[in-house]
Amino acid sequence: MKFVLSEVNLWYNDFQALQNVSMDIKANEVTAFIGPSGCGKSTLIKSLNRMNDLIEGCKITGFIQLDGEDVYGSMDVNLLRKRVGMVFQKPNPFPMSVYDNIAFGPRTHGIKNKRELDEIVEKSLHDAAIWDEVKDRLKKSALGLSGGQQQRLCIARALSVSPDVLLMDEPTSALDPISTGKIEDLVMELKKNYTVIIVTHNMQQATRISDKTAFFLLGEVIEFGDTDQIFSMPRDKRCEDYITGRFG
Amino acid sequence: MKQSSAALKIRENLMRAVFFTAALASIVAVALICVFLFSQGLPAIFNVGVSEFLGGTRWAPLNSSDPGFGILAFILGSIYVTAGAIILGVPIGIFSALFMARMCPKGLYRFIKPALNLMAGVPSVIYGFFGMVVIVPAIFEAFGKQFDMMSGNTMLAASIILGIMILPTVITIAETNLRAVPQELYEGAVALGASHERAVFKVVLPSARSGVMAAVVLGVGRAIGETMAVQMVAGNQPALRLPWEFLKGIRTMTTNIVIEMGYVEYGSLHNGALIATGVVLFVFILIINTLFSILNRDKQEKRSLLSLRAKRGNPDTKLTKEQ
Repeated sequence: MKFVLSEVNLWYNDFQALQNVSMDIKANEVTAFIGPSGCGKSTLIKSLNRMNDLIEGCKITGFIQLDGEDVYGSMDVNLLRKRVGMVFQKPNPFPMSVYDNIAFGPRTHGIKNKRELDEIVEKSLHDAAIWDEVKDRLKKSALGLSGGQQQRLCIARALSVSPDVLLMDEPTSALDPISTGKIEDLVMELKKNYTVIIVTHNMQQATRISDKTAFFLLGEVIEFGDTDQIFSMPRDKRCEDYITGRFG
Repeated sequence: MKQSSAALKIRENLMRAVFFTAALASIVAVALICVFLFSQGLPAIFNVGVSEFLGGTRWAPLNSSDPGFGILAFILGSIYVTAGAIILGVPIGIFSALFMARMCPKGLYRFIKPALNLMAGVPSVIYGFFGMVVIVPAIFEAFGKQFDMMSGNTMLAASIILGIMILPTVITIAETNLRAVPQELYEGAVALGASHERAVFKVVLPSARSGVMAAVVLGVGRAIGETMAVQMVAGNQPALRLPWEFLKGIRTMTTNIVIEMGYVEYGSLHNGALIATGVVLFVFILIINTLFSILNRDKQEKRSLLSLRAKRGNPDTKLTKEQ
């Protein structure tokens, strides 16, 4: 098990955003979180690398364990985020060169050697399937890339610190279908070496790329299981209604 | 019906004329100032000789047999005190802006922000007084004996006062620009395991680079044009100084004008030379403002590019953003 969650409750001030969430997330699998807007799936993903710490008035109870270690315990939050990388909804490359975007992470964690950095940059860009498109413009601004390229650059950036887990918060919602397809292929490739957790609004996407799916509603996990089963024979009526498009 | 729409049209045109006149007033004022400056100043410059005026080091307007009208000492004086103000004020200003934009507890911010606004509103003569009473004696105390100084009225004193005076300008503009950096960039850095400080210094600050530069440029403009406070603490000797002679008195373009304007003979070459000094100052400000607008334009282009991309990609960002 990569992540073990038990009885996770989370509040934003008085609003309870997560209720008794318990689930086990396996290593080297793609787990998809689906559900209508405001159901808590992004909240949960942000709890896994403690990005919720940035939000004022956020309070969390229960346990989240990463490889058996309590995420909210004595763990150094910066090291946690190194182990659990994140890709955001909107591509957010830093306004600097492609190279510096990727080198930011390793530099943060103390790597200064130029050759070592070069290697990491090349490997990360390779792994994110964007090397061929940017290898001739490493020193140019990352803002000149297309939206889809920017998102793959952000994936490369997340890979640059060699995490175990990759959290993706609706990574394709801002992209066109072709770019989306590229990212989906990439996710399938990445799960060989990483554990991937992806929030998505796109149900086809969940069926295409995920091994496990969790359906969220109003802060609760209604159903969690194999993607095939969830989409073919959902056990819960609400889950079925959502999947078949009766609400959402 | 028809009548009322005609009446509406007339009223609309009338209002437009009022707004246009108001807008015109400021343009006319600037244009008139330009006309005055150049018509009065340029003849003096050509009379003295351009290179003699700008490059000359001898300022002796009252010497009737051999008058000198070189303002190089004052141009350098203005540059020195401005540079000093930038060296002292800009680091403090940028750090303050970073603190206010990204690190300040809300409770403290409620005190700092009004204090800064007050600072921007303090008349320059008060800054001058503060300099005379506090800074100048302190400098004399510290270096007077060692360097055989006559008084603490020095380039250094002027730089310190100007460094303080540009703070509100630098901080306000820099803070606004630092706040405008999208939160996603900060989050991107933190999500890689960067500490708050590293994310702020290495990602947020560079992202606001052109805006911060604009803040510095505006600070330069404020410093180079300041007159009263400088005059009260700078010593005002019309002598050519070198940059490291910061413990000696100095005269800037602005203070040269204000000091001699009182007793100048109207219509004389001396009078023209002072106005011509104003022309040089004006050109400096023109350059600074151009720089400022170029920096701002860069920033706006970049920002519109970002927001455009966001809009095109995801029309319902707000809707899908979770609690």
